[in-house]
Amino acid sequence: MNLPLFRPHDDPGPSFAELLRRSGFEEAVTVNGSVPVGDYRHGTTCVAVRYADGVLLAGDRRATSGNLISHRTLEKVFPADRHSGVAIAGAAGPAIEMVRLFQLQLEHYEKVEGGPLSLEGKANQLSQMIRSNLPAAMQGMAVVPIFAGFDLGRGDGRLFEYDVTGGRYEETQHASTGSGSLHAGTVVKLGYRDGMDAGSVTDLALDALFEAADEDSATGGPDPIRGIYPVVAVITADGYTRLDDDELADRTQALLERRRAQ
Amino acid sequence: MNMPFYVAPEQVMKDRADYARKGIARGRSLIAFRFDEGIAICAENTSSTLRKVSEIYDRIAFAGVGKYNEFDQLRIAGVRHADLKGYSFSREDVDARSLANQYAQSLGQVFTHEMKPMEVEILVAEIGEDESGAGDQLFHILYDGTVMDEDMSVVLGGETDTISGRLGAFDTPPALADGIRQAVSALAGEDRTLTAADLEVAVLQRGIGRRAFRRLGDDELAAALTP
Repeated sequence: MNLPLFRPHDDPGPSFAELLRRSGFEEAVTVNGSVPVGDYRHGTTCVAVRYADGVLLAGDRRATSGNLISHRTLEKVFPADRHSGVAIAGAAGPAIEMVRLFQLQLEHYEKVEGGPLSLEGKANQLSQMIRSNLPAAMQGMAVVPIFAGFDLGRGDGRLFEYDVTGGRYEETQHASTGSGSLHAGTVVKLGYRDGMDAGSVTDLALDALFEAADEDSATGGPDPIRGIYPVVAVITADGYTRLDDDELADRTQALLERRRAQ
Repeated sequence: MNMPFYVAPEQVMKDRADYARKGIARGRSLIAFRFDEGIAICAENTSSTLRKVSEIYDRIAFAGVGKYNEFDQLRIAGVRHADLKGYSFSREDVDARSLANQYAQSLGQVFTHEMKPMEVEILVAEIGEDESGAGDQLFHILYDGTVMDEDMSVVLGGETDTISGRLGAFDTPPALADGIRQAVSALAGEDRTLTAADLEVAVLQRGIGRRAFRRLGDDELAAALTP
């Protein structure tokens, strides 16, 4: 692997995707013909909620291949960089690869240019990646993420929803994606209040995923026997923090007791 | 057909080396040293925007002296090399030794085959996982592709002998503030005083997460400079 030096006229600039292309890496696989749904893994429900200190991202852990549960501990919520995160739903393979490229793109830009992209710039980068996945999405391998971050310029948390064409839509309160998103979204919508604190917003997200798992077979509920809980992360002025499993176990236990009492 | 003049290879190389050394000597020097929690790089740099010290990868930093556009081109190539390697293999497969060799190859190639050698001296530093600093590496690469690996500290730039003399040897890695004071007084000499605004200091620090590179702000630097 030689040092990648380019002449000024064909320099890829701060784009990692362009660098990959110029360095002869293969393009993402394009799918010809349709792919049977049972042959690849699907990730499902994620929610994002704005609250007093920033934004929260949460996702269940189940991956399905057709009617089978193919993975019980899949992670669908990832840090994108220090002050942003991404949650994914859809075909797990392309989605996880997209997140990996997105993380690299943000870090690569920051190192080459000597400073990070704006939050809006990051949201647009992800939009372009989803758009370039459109041929695969047409064959059923759709990736539909949520992007959330803390805008250091504005001093506020922001969140963005996408569709399979790369369309980018900023939401002011909450967003959800995946097959259980209808149910999860409704729970969040009913429980949402302006300026919630970190604790109540975490409870709301866990509740939303619990209800989605109740109604949607592709969404996994909490699994106290195996110790599997949703992945929940908060992004504030201090950066991206993933909540630890002990806290989630306690909150899930409280949720289950509330349900039992009803 | 005109016959080209004959110039002895020794003369060509000597002229190129003199040329490169002169270019490097025009800029300010920098010092890198190991401290108790990692590696610090301390550069005299009055510009607050054009940087001499930067991040390459999780545990790898870069520093250059000499002609800005030339070492900046090398810096970007290093970031690209590291990111591509991390993408195609794994993050842990990216290491300073291989990067230093790549730089040496490129600089050596330019030195012998191009019209003009690069007027730069660069440093590739990597911190190891080990708390004791056993895995820390400092590679000093010259304009002609010579690579040297250093143990505790290294001086880059025009007046390396004078500054190294003033810096002396570190027996054990000092605390960060002590090391910075020692490095800054070595860079300044007896006649000058360097303030936070004249300096650019960055560290590779163990225990601050995956990306170990961190710049010291003016306040933190000023605090380190006052004993």
